[in-house]
Order: sequence, then C-alpha cells, then structure tokens
Amino acid sequence: MSFMGYRREEGRAGTRNYVGLLSTVVCANEVAEGIAARVSGTVPFLHHQGCCQTPVDIARVNSVLTGLGCNPNLASVILVSLGCESTDVAGVAKAIAATGKDVKTIVIQEIGGAGRSVAEGALLAQEMVRQASVQQRTQCPASDIVLGLKCGSSDTTQGIAANPALGVASDLVVRCGGTSVLGEVTEFIGAEHLLVRHARNKEIGDKILALVKRIEDRAKSVGCDMRGGQPTGGNIKGGLTTIEEKSLGAIAKAGTAPIEAVYEYGQRPAVRGLVVMDSPGREPEILTGLAAAGCNVIAFTTGRGAPQGFPFVPVIKITGNAVTWGKLQDHIDLDVSELMKGTSSYPVEGQRIYKEILEVASGRMTKAEICGYTRAMDIYMVGPVI
Amino acid sequence: MPADAILIKEEDNVATALHDLEAGREAAVRLGQGERKVPIAEPIPFGHKFAVRKIAKGENILKYGEVIGRATRDIEAGAHAHVQNIESLRGRGDWEKEDTAL
Repeated sequence: MSFMGYRREEGRAGTRNYVGLLSTVVCANEVAEGIAARVSGTVPFLHHQGCCQTPVDIARVNSVLTGLGCNPNLASVILVSLGCESTDVAGVAKAIAATGKDVKTIVIQEIGGAGRSVAEGALLAQEMVRQASVQQRTQCPASDIVLGLKCGSSDTTQGIAANPALGVASDLVVRCGGTSVLGEVTEFIGAEHLLVRHARNKEIGDKILALVKRIEDRAKSVGCDMRGGQPTGGNIKGGLTTIEEKSLGAIAKAGTAPIEAVYEYGQRPAVRGLVVMDSPGREPEILTGLAAAGCNVIAFTTGRGAPQGFPFVPVIKITGNAVTWGKLQDHIDLDVSELMKGTSSYPVEGQRIYKEILEVASGRMTKAEICGYTRAMDIYMVGPVI
Repeated sequence: MPADAILIKEEDNVATALHDLEAGREAAVRLGQGERKVPIAEPIPFGHKFAVRKIAKGENILKYGEVIGRATRDIEAGAHAHVQNIESLRGRGDWEKEDTAL
C-alpha cells in the first residue's frame, strides 16, 4: 500500500505542502494571520502562549513550535516574532532548519510595527510559496503514514461504531509499518487497565498509569466531581454518563496493536507502531500536540458533530451517528452508522477508513479543509500564566 | 426486525437505545446474533441507556463488560440509566476535598 506524498529532505513524507507562518507568542498572532490572509499557499499557526509563563511551559512552547515547524506537511517556515517574548525564537529556527527546511524569522519590533511586518512577511512568503510549489508528490509507502487518533463531541455511538472501526484502520496502518498516535489521556480514566494489557512491556504499562494518575490528580486538585467537564455537557446529552464509560469507548480507536512507547505532549515518536502521547481531550490542544509529534494525517471520530480541523494536517471526520451524518455532511467525511444497525462489520468499515486515510494523504481534501474550518489550535500548558 | 437497542456484553446491566423509545413498549435488545425483550418504563432518547434488569442502589453499572459507575439509587428494569441515578467513581475531587476556602 502507498500514497502520493511530498518527500522531505530529512526523509519524512508530507501529505500537504504549505508555507507555515508560526507565531512565536500570543502577541504576534495578528501579523501571522495578516500575512496568511494575503498569500495563498500559506497557513498560520496561532496560540496564546510564549510569555509570562513558568520555565516548564516556555520549554514546552519551544519544543511544540519546533515540532510543528518540522512537521513534513510544511515545506518551509516563517517564524513571526514580536521581539520581547520568552520563546527561544533563534533556537526554534535552528532546530527546524536542521531538517533542511528553509526557515525565516521576522521580528515586529525590529521591522517597525504590524503594517510593515505584514508587508515584509507577505513578500517573503510569496517567494517561499513559489519555491514550495515546484515540489511534486511522489509515491510513498504506507509506512510513512503517521496517523493521529482523536475523538470529540462524543456520544454513545462512538464506543459502539466509529471508534472500534477506527481501531481496525489504526491496526492496518501499524501492520503496514506506519505509526499511530493515541492521545487524550483524560479519556483513559477508567479504561487504563485495558490499555496496559496492550503495552509492549511493564515499563510502558507503568508509564501509561503514571500519565493517567497525573491528569486525574490535576482534575481532582480543584476539589470537584469532574463530570460536566469530562464527560462534557454535550457528551451527557449524547447519553454518556461517566468518564469511565466515555474512556472505554474512546480507547477502542487505538485498535489491538501493542503500545510501543509513551511520550510527553508534542514529542515526536522515535519508534513506529502504536504509541501513546500525553494530552488532554480538548480539540485545539490535542490537534496541535499530534501535529507537533509529526502526524501527517488525523482521523477524528465524532458522534454529535465536531467541525474542527487543523491548519496544515488534514483531519478526517467519521461518525457512527446517522442523525448527525444527516445534519452535518458538510463537516463529516465518513458515515459508519451501519455498524449501529448491525448491517455492516468492523473489518469492512475499518478498511473504508484506511482507504480514506491513504486518499486524503494523497491530496483528497477533507470536509474541514473544504469548508475552511481549520483553526483548532493551541498549546497545552501545565503551569499557570504568571 | 431491526433492533431497538444494543447490549454489548452478556454481563452488562444497561443497554443503549438505537432510536428514541417510548414508555410502555417492549424493546428488542440485540446481543451479538441473539435478541431479548425488555419492557421500557420511561422514554429513552436515542443513544441513552436503560437498565435491562433491576439494579440495586450501590451496585456497579456494567457496559462493555466493564464497570462504568455505580447506582446512586435503585434502577428498575426498563428505566433510564444516566446521570440522575449513576455516579462516576473516578475524577472525584469532591471526595478528596480539603477545606481550602480563603
């Protein structure tokens, strides 16, 4: 099995070919957005971090921006900096350039304001898009797929239909030598004993348990029953009663492959196969984490109808809810609701999803890309804003 | 006949409705290739759960053959099984709350 992708200098394969405009601090977002609005072929990455944070989180901003810049779906990168942020802009630029990519930095305080920065950045971006546009798609083996797994706006159809079907597709990616990344650790709570059985060894199992304890302790530290936050109000309306129920349905999307490694948020897997990455369940943070980890395509199951996509990683939406499919076809790519009726099987629907993953990797646009709903992005922080 | 609800594992004590179910009807509950009948005691919205047998207060709620929570009161067979009569056993910061009032 193969797909048509963009082979990058350091070996990875992209499924898209954008010039990325990475804002290095919340205060530079408007300029990155301004450039993106003027130059086709560019995408902005915007967020709320990069200043007045503890060193732990500043280090995370640096590593996540580096991971995003190295993502093979970006042909080249412009870092859009204000000039006084805590982010190590030069360090990020150097780390991205090490992959062989063209990296430029513009600094608003040095250029002299937003207007001049947008103008200068736009001229720079135009030239970089011209360079990027000559790259051709070439045949890449399915083992170059790095699949991000996500479920959101969940209801009870997910655990019964869409997630087990995605699990079959994830297993197919792994069997072809690819990588599949499972995040959303909040949605392991109550199901971690099942995931641990999939761990390659005890050390990996213990790491999974430690991640779950860390995120559950953080939720408990505010002194409330977390229900209403997880599962969300919408999950509850969709019939999900407890986090245990949500988690047992959520982990089905990881299939049956052994878990080979456990990573911190946004960290690039050093191994192939199924891996776990720390992250919360909310869309902007998990999608960003998966993109920073190097995912070149994301599969996202949704029962109630989550519209979110990401700026430069295609996000395939899959639902097992026939009512949602009827209402939200401009946001959802695949309907697997026959699984609810018992008129299809997991292997059949899993194959359909796998085929869709390879087609989207080859350039087929997702519904989220077509309708321009691709701005779910932010960096997951662990400490306070100070 | 298409099923009205799905029971995932034999040992589960709650089933998931495949469409809105009105009170007083008998629901055909699919379990694998088999089927069983459960009289519906109150309206069950699509995607929501109902008890397939009487569940006593304090009993574990089972779905996927796993514990998804605990009954906070008795749940009659065919009754809506959801947040009003099931609590989670995880993420319960309220159980560990210390007096941190300023």
